[in-house]
Amino acid sequence: MGNQSLLQAIMNPLRTWARVNSPFAIHFNSGSCNGCDIEILATLTPRYDIERFGIKLQGSPRHADVLICTGPVTRQARDRLVRIYEQMPDPKFVVAVGSCGISGGVFQGCYNIVGNLADVIPVHAFVPGCPPRPEAIIYGVVALLNSLKQPAPKAPDAEAVA
Amino acid sequence: MDTQQEPRKTFVVPIGPQHPALKEPGHFEITVDGEIVTAATVRLGYVHRGIEKGVEQRNWAQAMYMLERICGICSHVHATAYALGVEALAGVQAPPRAQAIRVLVAELERVHSHLLWLGVAAHEGGFDTLFMYSWRDREMIMDVLEGLTGNRVNYSCNVLGGVKFDVDDTQADAIRRAVDFLEPRTHHYLKVVTTDETLIGRTRNVGKMTFLEAETLGTVGPTARASGVPRDIRVDSPYAAYPDFPVKTITATAGDLEAKFVVRIQELFESYRVIREILDKLPAGDLAVRVKPRVPPGETVSRVEAPRGELFYFLKSAGGPNPDRVKVRTPSLCNWGSVLATAPGHKLADVPMLIAGIDPCFSCNDRLVTVRRRSTAETWTWAKLRQYGIEYYR
Repeated sequence: MGNQSLLQAIMNPLRTWARVNSPFAIHFNSGSCNGCDIEILATLTPRYDIERFGIKLQGSPRHADVLICTGPVTRQARDRLVRIYEQMPDPKFVVAVGSCGISGGVFQGCYNIVGNLADVIPVHAFVPGCPPRPEAIIYGVVALLNSLKQPAPKAPDAEAVA
Repeated sequence: MDTQQEPRKTFVVPIGPQHPALKEPGHFEITVDGEIVTAATVRLGYVHRGIEKGVEQRNWAQAMYMLERICGICSHVHATAYALGVEALAGVQAPPRAQAIRVLVAELERVHSHLLWLGVAAHEGGFDTLFMYSWRDREMIMDVLEGLTGNRVNYSCNVLGGVKFDVDDTQADAIRRAVDFLEPRTHHYLKVVTTDETLIGRTRNVGKMTFLEAETLGTVGPTARASGVPRDIRVDSPYAAYPDFPVKTITATAGDLEAKFVVRIQELFESYRVIREILDKLPAGDLAVRVKPRVPPGETVSRVEAPRGELFYFLKSAGGPNPDRVKVRTPSLCNWGSVLATAPGHKLADVPMLIAGIDPCFSCNDRLVTVRRRSTAETWTWAKLRQYGIEYYR
């Protein structure tokens, strides 16, 4: 028992260090207008270059730590979104990009919209804007990473950033 | 023992809806024999939100903000098509300066969209250097659009009856500087896509579509023009300020992916020319005329040339404060057939390039279509449509 807590005392900061310095992100569009998606893609390109924070956008949910989600959730995309979220290994974090992910945005009340992202999966950080600027998206993800550095990470009860 | 020879096995490769190549959800089933594609189908609808029905709940002015968000890449053309249609129904005409500013923003949007496509298509071909370069240069246009309209995407430049903002001399100079910077860069990209051995290996004679096929499949926009079909609404039926600032239709004859690269890049030069011409000869006058909140009853069709091809709007007014019916037909939907028809015979590795070749926009094309006999035709209520959606996706 004593050994285990000693191991944890060593391993936990190491894990946090690794987690914060090289998060793999995955991007899923659950019904967005594409505006947020092109801004997320713009964060990868030379002017914004999100990779300088060690963040890498890659394809498989099984390799991902951070799920970057755009758009309201449509009825057809809901199952996929949940499936992708469940495929991600723990610990996992969700960033909702854009007004639609926060409240349904302009599509609020449309017949094929289930609701906002937080209705379907737990969301850790919200980035408002229609669409948010690439700087805001980077700020949102970095704010999420900084919050992980604290000894006790917050419960997945959404914390608004930016 | 079964002596009968087994039928030759084929394998279906499912791609999507979440996949690393495209940023939007769409599901493809590619049937392959070894490495060669024998059939391809697409299943759309993951981003169907119900916009056409949604705008019927909003008033004429609010509907535009929703229609702008059909597509984040070409939001301005959606708003322009809608505004031109509503102005036609209301019997007013936007002032010449407003029409010129609409065309100016439309051409800036075309530049940003084509540069975006160039990067994404190069990325699908594994040429990430070109992706990074073209997206770096695209930021120049994004800065200009932000300076003009206040937002990088979803500019919301139109109002019913005109535009919201003016272009002053400082902004005009900023646009000229951006275009002066981009023109030599675009010449460089044209040279790269026509001389780079690696890229040519992925594009030349890939996805070849003849003139006849392009006509039969009903393709529009640069996809059709790459096969030699001279189809461009800006030329065929000029709208807004295009009668005063005519553009030239750019076509190519090869019909392969390389031709699509060349057509889109050459269209950029045409856009630069029109942008400069508009800045030099911007008509003086008001920015908007008043449109009454209630639009007289009637029906109209409004067509504009989006970066991806012809965008079609049907608008119907019953005289009330809300649109009675808005039907949108987007260019991506027209072009899907060309991907599915040209894919067989190619290698599986070419499929992402073929899909990117039409510059697909999933959020544009996910609409509900039902085909009914005239005798059983009925109008669906909001509650019934909602229930249909719930049951369909259960």
